[in-house]
Amino acid sequence: MTVVADKEPAAQTETRGPKRRKRRKDGTEKAGWLVRLTVLLIVLMWTLPTLGLLINSFRDSVESSSTGWWTSVLNPLATNWTMGNYTTVLTSGGLFDALINSLIVTIPATVIPITLAAFAAYGFAWLRFRGRSLLFGILVGLLVVPLQLSLVPLLQVYQGTGLTGSFVGIWLAHTGFGLPLAVFILYGFISQLPKDLFESAFMDGASPFTAFTKLVLPLSVPALASFAIFQFLWVWNDFLVALVFLGTSSDVAVLTIELASIVGSRGEAYHLLTAAAFVSMLIPLVVFLSLQRYFVRGLLAGSVKG
Amino acid sequence: MQKEDETDVHATTSNQLGVKVVRALLVAAATFTALWFGLGILSDPTAFAGTPPYVSKVFQALIAIVLGVAGIWTLFYAGNTLIEALPDKATEFLRPYLFVLPAVAVVGLYLIYPTVGTIATSVTDVPEGGGFFSNYADAFTNPEVILNLRNNLIWLLIAPAVSVAIGLVFAGLVDRIRLESLAKSFVFMPLAISFVGAAVIWKFVYAWKPAGQDQIGILNALWVWAGGFLVDWGILEDVEPIAWLQQIPLNTLALIAIMIWLQVGFAMVILSAAIKGVPSELTEAARIDGASERQIFFRITIPTIKGSLLVVYTTIAIAVLKVFDIIFVTTGGNFDTSVVAVRMYQEMFRFRNFGQATTMAVILLVAVIPIMVVNIRNLRRQGIGA
Repeated sequence: MTVVADKEPAAQTETRGPKRRKRRKDGTEKAGWLVRLTVLLIVLMWTLPTLGLLINSFRDSVESSSTGWWTSVLNPLATNWTMGNYTTVLTSGGLFDALINSLIVTIPATVIPITLAAFAAYGFAWLRFRGRSLLFGILVGLLVVPLQLSLVPLLQVYQGTGLTGSFVGIWLAHTGFGLPLAVFILYGFISQLPKDLFESAFMDGASPFTAFTKLVLPLSVPALASFAIFQFLWVWNDFLVALVFLGTSSDVAVLTIELASIVGSRGEAYHLLTAAAFVSMLIPLVVFLSLQRYFVRGLLAGSVKG
Repeated sequence: MQKEDETDVHATTSNQLGVKVVRALLVAAATFTALWFGLGILSDPTAFAGTPPYVSKVFQALIAIVLGVAGIWTLFYAGNTLIEALPDKATEFLRPYLFVLPAVAVVGLYLIYPTVGTIATSVTDVPEGGGFFSNYADAFTNPEVILNLRNNLIWLLIAPAVSVAIGLVFAGLVDRIRLESLAKSFVFMPLAISFVGAAVIWKFVYAWKPAGQDQIGILNALWVWAGGFLVDWGILEDVEPIAWLQQIPLNTLALIAIMIWLQVGFAMVILSAAIKGVPSELTEAARIDGASERQIFFRITIPTIKGSLLVVYTTIAIAVLKVFDIIFVTTGGNFDTSVVAVRMYQEMFRFRNFGQATTMAVILLVAVIPIMVVNIRNLRRQGIGA
């Protein structure tokens, strides 16, 4: 492998060029067959379950309930490949509505906590006021509270005020649950911005509000993006909060709820379940794969969500 | 009172001030009207009567999203206009609170108030004639709750340790592979998948068909296939497909495997970053001294990344303690697989027993807090975050 690698520097750079060559100079052993076999085995165990589901989602009901997905891989020509499962779940099932509902829930439930948290992080980092460290301590300390602690009293409040089953209700719920982490991540970033920046802005007559919107926000884009992806995936994939506060009626049910109800009611309709599961995974996978870098940064900064 | 002093002294600017106040009030009023009107449309089922269902749904989505996103910004803007219309001293005093109080208020309503309420309910919403702690007494003498706690303990002992171990081994090995980032992406991908989605994925892996039929779950297919050899060689009498999700105690392990599958990517990413951060002088020196790759990994890499290992372990442990979706969607807590969080949900919605439900929540809190404290301390020590 080393020989081949040295002869083809171009191919090397495609994967991890400079680092690779450096490590070779370090004198690292090249990976033995046992190492490669272990890596391959783990990769297979981590991809085959999803791949199997994907393949099943393009097989018809007879095949997917009578033979394993691998038979279609071995005999692709003898298989009735079909898009029918997708058209069925999107048109006759409630899945299209659920997809839209997921978007309605997720986008504001991502933007609202980011906005609140960015304002708060700026306030805590750069403005002086009484109770600053106490309030900040409480806010971040709430990272320790599992959201299960909130369910019963909040449900009572929601039922009393008619917020159950409303989008506003679930936006605010996700905002509340996401805020401690958001403030934690954004404060870490915003408090590190250079002081001179603000001084010159204030000298020019900018108010803190202007400084915040014109300076802090644009500079904090990496941190904002990290948290945004984190929260987006968290809200999109959430099941418990939606189940308790939004409910299962089809005008508001989100994808995870709809998917779980298909498992419950049509657990044996394998072909529809597979397509529905993939519809629910599509957007998070796209977001995730295209913005992986920010996501990793967010993970590294805030791996403590409660 | 300060406000009046100011306006008197700067009488010349009072006219300007009046304009500013009026403008600020107008902005605030417009914001509230717009929000009110928008929310009205959203909660009115007849607002889109006459349009095709797909169109009305998309319209509803657009209004909701614009409302949620723009609403929060205009509220801040209106608040700021109001505050800046006040005399300088009042502005300076109030401004910080404009920035931090909305967040504090939401957190107060959604986390502080309910936590206090949950703890209070668990000691006051008791069965007739019971004392303050009768919910807890009932819980800890209820064999089902004991079973749930036992299951939580099994999850806690297995899932974080195995996830960290696999993540660590993978991170350590993949470092030496050519297609490193590709291999990592595959293991990382489940992080984008919901617990419900993962439960569906694994239902297919664990699918069971009676003996004699074609197995459609890959695990049973492999098991029957491999078992066939064992029977041929006389090691096993007979091979039967296994109902992984029904057979006790195997089913709990099968569910834990789903959690591990979801968490390894997280462990791997953090640990891989940590491994790459190990100073090369250290490994270099060891290599010159003749240490093997294995010795370097166990004697140098692992001690150096101890902090990251702890963060990953505790983070997964907390997620594991609160596990709900995986069990709720696959077995519904049947076949002895239920845990505290699932029980809490059932007490809440099936039995409407808020006393027991809140007791379950408090048990979770008590279990999570020590782990979380270790985690946050450790993060602070590493200088991550605040």
